[in-house]
Amino acid sequence: MTAIPRPRPAVITSPSFQRSLRRFTGRAALFLVAAGLLSAFLMPLAYMTVTSLKDQSQVADPAAPLYPASPRTFTYEGEALQIYAVPIDGVIRELAIVQKGRESSVMVDPADPAAGTLTWQGRWRTLEPAYVFDPKVENFSTAWNEIEFPKLLRNTAIISVISTVGAVSSAVLVAYGFSRFRFRGRGPLFLVLLSTIMLSAQVTLVPTYILFTRIGWTGSWLPLLVPHFFANAYNVFLLRQYFMTIPTDLDEAAMIDGASPFRVLISVIAPQAIPAIVAVTLFHFFFAWNEFLMSLVYVGGNPELWPLSLGMQKFAALYVTRPPLVQASAILAIIVPVVVFFLSQRAFMRGVVMTGVEK
Amino acid sequence: MIGQPDAPALPGSSIPRPRWRWTASRREAAWGWAFVSPWILGFVLFTAVPMAMALYFSLTDFDLRRPDEVRFIGLANYEQILRDPNVAQSLGITLRFGILTIPPTIALSVGLAMLLNSPRLVGRRAFRTLFYMPTQIPLVATTLIWIGVLNQETGWVNGLLSLVGIQGPDWLNDPGWVLPSLGIVGLWGIGAMMLIALAGLQAIPSELYDAAKVDGAGAWTTLRRITLPLLTPVLFYSLLISCVGVSQYFIQAYVLTNGQPDDSTLFYNVNLYREAFSFNQLGYASALAWVLFLIVLGLAMLLFWSSSRWVYYAGERR
Repeated sequence: MTAIPRPRPAVITSPSFQRSLRRFTGRAALFLVAAGLLSAFLMPLAYMTVTSLKDQSQVADPAAPLYPASPRTFTYEGEALQIYAVPIDGVIRELAIVQKGRESSVMVDPADPAAGTLTWQGRWRTLEPAYVFDPKVENFSTAWNEIEFPKLLRNTAIISVISTVGAVSSAVLVAYGFSRFRFRGRGPLFLVLLSTIMLSAQVTLVPTYILFTRIGWTGSWLPLLVPHFFANAYNVFLLRQYFMTIPTDLDEAAMIDGASPFRVLISVIAPQAIPAIVAVTLFHFFFAWNEFLMSLVYVGGNPELWPLSLGMQKFAALYVTRPPLVQASAILAIIVPVVVFFLSQRAFMRGVVMTGVEK
Repeated sequence: MIGQPDAPALPGSSIPRPRWRWTASRREAAWGWAFVSPWILGFVLFTAVPMAMALYFSLTDFDLRRPDEVRFIGLANYEQILRDPNVAQSLGITLRFGILTIPPTIALSVGLAMLLNSPRLVGRRAFRTLFYMPTQIPLVATTLIWIGVLNQETGWVNGLLSLVGIQGPDWLNDPGWVLPSLGIVGLWGIGAMMLIALAGLQAIPSELYDAAKVDGAGAWTTLRRITLPLLTPVLFYSLLISCVGVSQYFIQAYVLTNGQPDDSTLFYNVNLYREAFSFNQLGYASALAWVLFLIVLGLAMLLFWSSSRWVYYAGERR
């Protein structure tokens, strides 16, 4: 039989349709690649969520399904019986086993218990248990209570807010000084500031620890807060770069009108530098919220002062054999940063780009 | 925090000539110093003095349990470092981790940036946000999540591998696998580098691509001759930040295993932390810190020196 070529509709063969079809396939392929990568990338978050809702017994059970579930049971004559998926005559029926036997078992149909028991020939151990979707929301309340979440949250919030206020206000002042005033030694001084960005905290960790121990600050939040009031080099750098891009006409005019440098900073510079100030605020807030090493060193011995990161770590070390609780606590810990991030992502990501590109 | 700057001298004091005047430029300088003074103070208090103290302590046997009996022991701590098998091991682990993880991290972040920079990709903004998001998850939580995902029996990674018939390793408890596993965990923080690479890509003038197209250059040639050369400042920055990051690597290793299994995650800073806060050997730990500082400084200088050979700045610093 020879195929008779049927004339195709003109639309399909037209070059413009072909082009847009090709463009569509290209876009779809690209989107699928990106979406595939993203789902692999975010898989741990799905694992965290699912595991946090599982019962401890399910985690170790290889036969259990991926989703949070518990084995289904049926109460028959006052006894809770496990339900299995039983193949009978090519049909899979869900039956509860009344009496288990090596080669044959007595079963009952939970949907129709009045029909009485039936005997199934075969090894019950080969049967798949039937599961029902059963999220254990109580994992969250257990983790919440065990970890003393409200206390950790309060500590973290206090530390983060105070240190962010200190870091941002001091960085704004210092960046203003570096960007708007000429004085001898400004260039070399700024170079010193830049070089401290690369300095790792470990070099100063031990001596500052000794220093803070001597003045009796260990075991309090002061070592976690006070140093941030002295302007961090990274924040100063970012703000200074931004201040430099603001034209000086306006602040010169204000100066001539008799405004003090403070007044100029607050009324002229700061309003124009909002994006950079927001970025620095967010950076420091996340840094402070997630900080771990300094808290470990200075308040590690006093659970009343622990921030979230430290409490989590101790909790996880204690409950290492109970993944659902650990993952539930991880969700509790990431919820604030993730929500803040999504609310502020535009300003935040612009800030990352500002720092990276300027260097 | 900052008060009115003190007048450096009283106008009209007894020194006859040249008379000190409170000129506009002097006033400006005084304000400048006043504004930068918080940082200067902080630098002296929390960086310069501690570093000098660390240098001094590194020459002593400072032990926190007997802080009043500090003896000067010269370079003994540094000699000890040269002989200490833990130091050699921790340096080796840190170095191996850097070599193992930095190249793939940079390559992947640039690749991802290229993908997310494509104008044909629908939903670019959402993709960028979502790929960036994990960087803002607390490192402790990140590590705990990955401990679960990489669990030999119940983790999803091995679950997926078993679907294709591969029996996955015990990622975090096998000394041979733990460093690559930590590298995988580190990839979750790729977002920051990706964004910077993205900004670098967007800064490349599109005329260059148009010209390449006119000359008939293919995708590969365009990548090698235009994109990568113009991206070298970003690559340099990423390399520098990565090296500093590896030299500071601590939290993940500490949360994960505190050096276990078999000290295979005894990173330099884990060892330093142990000496300082578990064994109270603050003198020795100070020496360790200074050695690390010098290594990082040397590495940074090497990078800056090499950068003139391979980093291309368009317009060479306006």
